[in-house]
Amino acid sequence: MKRTDLAINIAGHELANPVMTCSGTFGSGKEYCSFMDLNMLGAVVCKGISVLPWNGNPPPRIAEVYGGMLNSVGLQNSGVDSFIANDIPFLRKFNTKIVANLVGHSLSEYEAVAQRLNETDIDMMELNISCPNVREGGATFGTDTRKAAEITTVVRRVCTKPLIVKLSPNVTNISEIAIAVESSGADAVSLINTVLAMRIDIYRRRPVLAQKVGGMSGPAVKPIAIRMVYQVARAVKIPVIGMGGIRTPEDAIEFLLAGASAVGVGSSHFFNPQASVEVVNGIRSYMEGQGFASIREINEALIDE
Amino acid sequence: MKLFIASIIQNHAIAHGIYEMVIHAPEIALHAVPGQFVNLYPHLESTLLPRPISISDVDYSGGHVHLAYALVGTGTKLFATLRVADTVTVLGPLGNGYAIPDSIQNPLLVAGGVGTPPMIFLARSLRMPVMIYLGFRSSTPYFVERLAEFGVVRVATEDGSDGYKGNVVNLMDKHGAEGDIVYSCGPRPMLKAVQEWSKSKHIPTQLSLEERMGCGIGSCVGCIVKIKENNYQGWNYKKVCHDGPVFLGEKVIFS
Repeated sequence: MKRTDLAINIAGHELANPVMTCSGTFGSGKEYCSFMDLNMLGAVVCKGISVLPWNGNPPPRIAEVYGGMLNSVGLQNSGVDSFIANDIPFLRKFNTKIVANLVGHSLSEYEAVAQRLNETDIDMMELNISCPNVREGGATFGTDTRKAAEITTVVRRVCTKPLIVKLSPNVTNISEIAIAVESSGADAVSLINTVLAMRIDIYRRRPVLAQKVGGMSGPAVKPIAIRMVYQVARAVKIPVIGMGGIRTPEDAIEFLLAGASAVGVGSSHFFNPQASVEVVNGIRSYMEGQGFASIREINEALIDE
Repeated sequence: MKLFIASIIQNHAIAHGIYEMVIHAPEIALHAVPGQFVNLYPHLESTLLPRPISISDVDYSGGHVHLAYALVGTGTKLFATLRVADTVTVLGPLGNGYAIPDSIQNPLLVAGGVGTPPMIFLARSLRMPVMIYLGFRSSTPYFVERLAEFGVVRVATEDGSDGYKGNVVNLMDKHGAEGDIVYSCGPRPMLKAVQEWSKSKHIPTQLSLEERMGCGIGSCVGCIVKIKENNYQGWNYKKVCHDGPVFLGEKVIFS
């Protein structure tokens, strides 16, 4: 019988398995370490970090929808100094990769936070150009091909660690943006961020979220994410990290078959705090049962002709 | 905090639209403090998010945790259909509960509507006679008899259908309520009135807040409230689920 190896490689860095957390759904891991073993994860992708602390948006920030939820948190975070002082030392105690997610209002803010983080002990950076909940920065960069390329170039200049660019699904042609960031120096792309959405309270006759619109996540967005990962994996040569509604191992395996080298478990952590660990274990069982020796073999196994 | 599959010991209506569920969860019973809550997971496609439910009482010896909830939507309506011996996925105890300073002698408990249940656990933990003021809309007041075990209970209803007609703060003024600490839980307008009342009387106050929650454990940053802080803007958004739900009264900014 073949040995089952879950390890994957992103820009020369080996991850013990392909399962990561999605930024903004896992804090920096502290909230989850009492009921799961962080050593089980390929990587912990931390909540978005800006140069200075951000307040985020006023409440209500959360709305439930069929098969998922909307959020308009707006990247509330305590800033890069707090991240360096508290979160990196905490995560270093575990045998998992640390991925910092970068946010900013402008090119210079993104550049500044990337510079600071490049001097730290993190393993990789994820450039967040796809958050739909901030007026400046975020998705304004990720929904315009030229701007996406420009910001990737700027951050690439100051980032010597592997650089992942997180893409927005709220575009006409996601492959075009993926190609643009690849040719600007991205080592990998992650997709999808949340889908722009809205809910209305019919009795109060008002939008449920204070920001009116927010980002939708959860199992209901998974088919959109699978389609986009499938398209992007065929458009670029760099690794694709697939995410969007993964709740079970079967969901994650769909992404691997669509061409994702790794997967992210996101808001499912809210529905089941142990979701990511269950996904790791389930992928291993699937590989053993189906005779796959590596994640790459799954990536190449889709019959779509 | 840990994730448990707990079996249901009791689950029945105690008033119109209000249920009490008793679960067997010895570890939660052992570690919980008043004012904390648990997450109950509905596991439905239509409602995937956990429901934060306040702990109304615990029975350490039996390992029982009492949870009270109002039927407000799909999740809580599902919980109401659960029967004795069914199981429920529960995470807890969660959040920061009420602090009980050693020096206090004369606690005043003020609650409104579904803010009433945690007062039972609090009154039991205080281990001293308490004064309890409860406010309800028009529905039948509940938990009044159980709270009477711990001290004098006075009730206000907005429509006067039971007890004093009016709001709970007016009732406190009418009786010249006093205390060396105020513990409160209930809807925002009531908490705001209690905050002002306590401030005018210079009584330290702890308020338990409610906000729409996502994860219940501090990771989604959905349930935030403005809390006074010594920074450039004078406040910070704090997480109700993780930094609260109980906050010092003078720190809360009701906007």
